[in-house]
Amino acid sequence: MTDSTRQLQQMARRRQAVHGWLLLSPALIMLSTFAFYPSVATVWTSLWSRGTRRNPSEFVGLENYQRLLDDPTFREVAWNNLLYAGVTIPVSIVLALVMALWANAKIPARGFVRTAYFTPTMLPMIAAANIWLFFYTPGFGVLDTIGGLFGAPSVNWLGQPETALWAICAVTIWKEAGFFMVFYLAALQTIPEDLREAAQIEGASRWTYLRRIVLPLLMPTTLFVLVNALINSVKLIDHLFILTKGGPSDSSKLILYYIWESAFAFFDAPSAAAMTVLVLIVLGVGAAVQFRMLDRRTHYR
Amino acid sequence: MTGWMRHAEAALAVLVAILWISPLVFAVWAAFHTPTDAINFNLTAPWTLENVRTAWGGAPWLRYFLNTFLLVTLVLVGQFFFCTLAGYAFAQIDLPFKDTLFLLVLLQLFILPEVLIVENYDVAARLGLLDTVLGIGAPYMASAFGIFLMRQTFKSVPKELDEAARIEGCGTLGVLWRVYVPAARPTYLAYALVSISTHWNNFLWPLIVTNSDTTRPLTVGLSIFAAPENGVNISAISAATTLVVAPLLILFLVFQRHFVQAFLRAGIK
Repeated sequence: MTDSTRQLQQMARRRQAVHGWLLLSPALIMLSTFAFYPSVATVWTSLWSRGTRRNPSEFVGLENYQRLLDDPTFREVAWNNLLYAGVTIPVSIVLALVMALWANAKIPARGFVRTAYFTPTMLPMIAAANIWLFFYTPGFGVLDTIGGLFGAPSVNWLGQPETALWAICAVTIWKEAGFFMVFYLAALQTIPEDLREAAQIEGASRWTYLRRIVLPLLMPTTLFVLVNALINSVKLIDHLFILTKGGPSDSSKLILYYIWESAFAFFDAPSAAAMTVLVLIVLGVGAAVQFRMLDRRTHYR
Repeated sequence: MTGWMRHAEAALAVLVAILWISPLVFAVWAAFHTPTDAINFNLTAPWTLENVRTAWGGAPWLRYFLNTFLLVTLVLVGQFFFCTLAGYAFAQIDLPFKDTLFLLVLLQLFILPEVLIVENYDVAARLGLLDTVLGIGAPYMASAFGIFLMRQTFKSVPKELDEAARIEGCGTLGVLWRVYVPAARPTYLAYALVSISTHWNNFLWPLIVTNSDTTRPLTVGLSIFAAPENGVNISAISAATTLVVAPLLILFLVFQRHFVQAFLRAGIK
C-alpha cells in the first residue's frame, strides 16, 4: 500500500468520525441537559442543607439521608410503595396472562374481549381516576349502590386509611393489565400449534401443557413485563392527585408523589433530591436486568 | 377438557371483559344523564346534553385541545429528529467509544424524566422554558428508547442499498434520507402511535411546568376542572372526562390493529 492511499483511507475514516459525531451531538446534548446533568445535580443537591435567607445552604454530607430515614412519613411512604409494587405487579401480570390466554383461545366475541381488556390502557391516568371517583364516593358512589343492594354498609373507600391504598392499587391494575396482555398475546401467537397437538397425543392435560410448555416459553416476555411493571410502580401516581392526594394521614402516599410534594409544596429540595437518588438506585438495579434482556432481544432479530 | 368446561371458561372470559370495560361505559353513560339519574342507575332516564354544556363552559377546552395537539406534534417531530440522527450514527458509522456511549444512552431508560422532576424544573427554569409547550416536551425528545429502536431498525437495512446510493453520489445525510428513512417507515408509524398516546395522556411533568391556561394540556386542565374545590357535580366531571378521552379513544377503536401492533413493536414508552 502506498503512502497516498493510506492517507486517503485515513482521511475517509476521519471524515466518517466527524459525520458520526455531528449526527450524535444533538441527541447527546438533549440527553445531557435533561437526563445526565439533572441526575448528577440531584446527587449534589442531596448533599447540601436546605438554604434559608438567614442560613445559606451548606455541605452536610449524608445528613439528608439520615433525616429521611428518621422521618416517619418517609418510612410510611416507602412501605406504601413497597406494598403498591407488591400488589400491583403480581396481580397485573397474572391477570394479563389469563387475559392473553382467553383472548388467544377460540371463544365467541373474541374481538370484543380483546378490545375490552386493552381499552383502559388508552386512557389518561387522570381520566381513569375521575371514572373511579364515581365508583368510590361514599353514599352515592356506584360501589356503595351495588353494596346497598345486598345490604352492605356504606364504605368510604378513599377516606379511610385501611382501604385507600387498595383503592389506588385497583385503578393501577385496571390500567396496566391490558397493556401487559398485548405482550403475552404476541408471545402466545409464536408458539407453534404442533406443540399442543403433540402434548394432547401424549395425553397431557391442558394444565400440564400450560405449566410445562407455555409458561417456560413465555419466560422472556414475563421478564420484560416484570421490569415494565417495576418502573410503573414508581411512575404511575397521577391518580393520587384526583383520588386521595396521598391521604388520609399519608396512608396512600407513594414516593414520587412525596417527592413532588417535598419539592413543590414544602420547598424542601434537598430532601426531594435524596429521595430521588434512592429511587434511581432501585431503578438502577432494574436497569441491570433490563440490559441483559435487551441484549437477548437483539439476538432474536 | 369437556365441552361444558370450555363453555364456562368462554363465558367467564366475556364476563370479565364486560366487567373490565364497564367503568368506562358507565362514565360515558353518566355523562349524558342528570346526576340523580346517574347515581340511581336509572337506565330508562332520558338523555341530556346539560352536563356537556356545563363542562364545556367550565374550562377553556379548545385551548387545552390545541395545547395538547401542539405538544404531541412537537414531541413527535423532536423524537423523530433526534432519534433518527443518533440511531443512524449508532447503527452504521464507525466511531471510537461507540459502544460505551450507547450504553450511556440506554441508561436514560431508567433515569425517567418523571423521577427527575426536581432538577429538570431547575433546568427548564434556567433555559426560560417554564410555562411553555416546548418546556413540557423537551425532556422527552431525545428518548433512549427511540434511539435504540431506530438503531435496531437501521441495522436491518441491507448494506447493498446503502452502497448503491453512495455510488450514485449520495453523502451521509443523503443515504439516511433516501435509503434508511423510507425503509424504516413501519417503525416510524409504530413509534408515532405509542408516542402520541403516551404524551396525550402524560400528566405529572406538564402539571409542574405549566401555570397558565395558554400552555396547559388536556390532562392538567381536566384535573383542575375536576378538583373538589371547584365543586362541579360528578356528571359534569364524567362529561369532561368523556370529552378528553374521546379523540384518542375513537382513533384507537378505528385503528385498533395498528395500535396493538405499534405497542408490540415499540412497547416501552
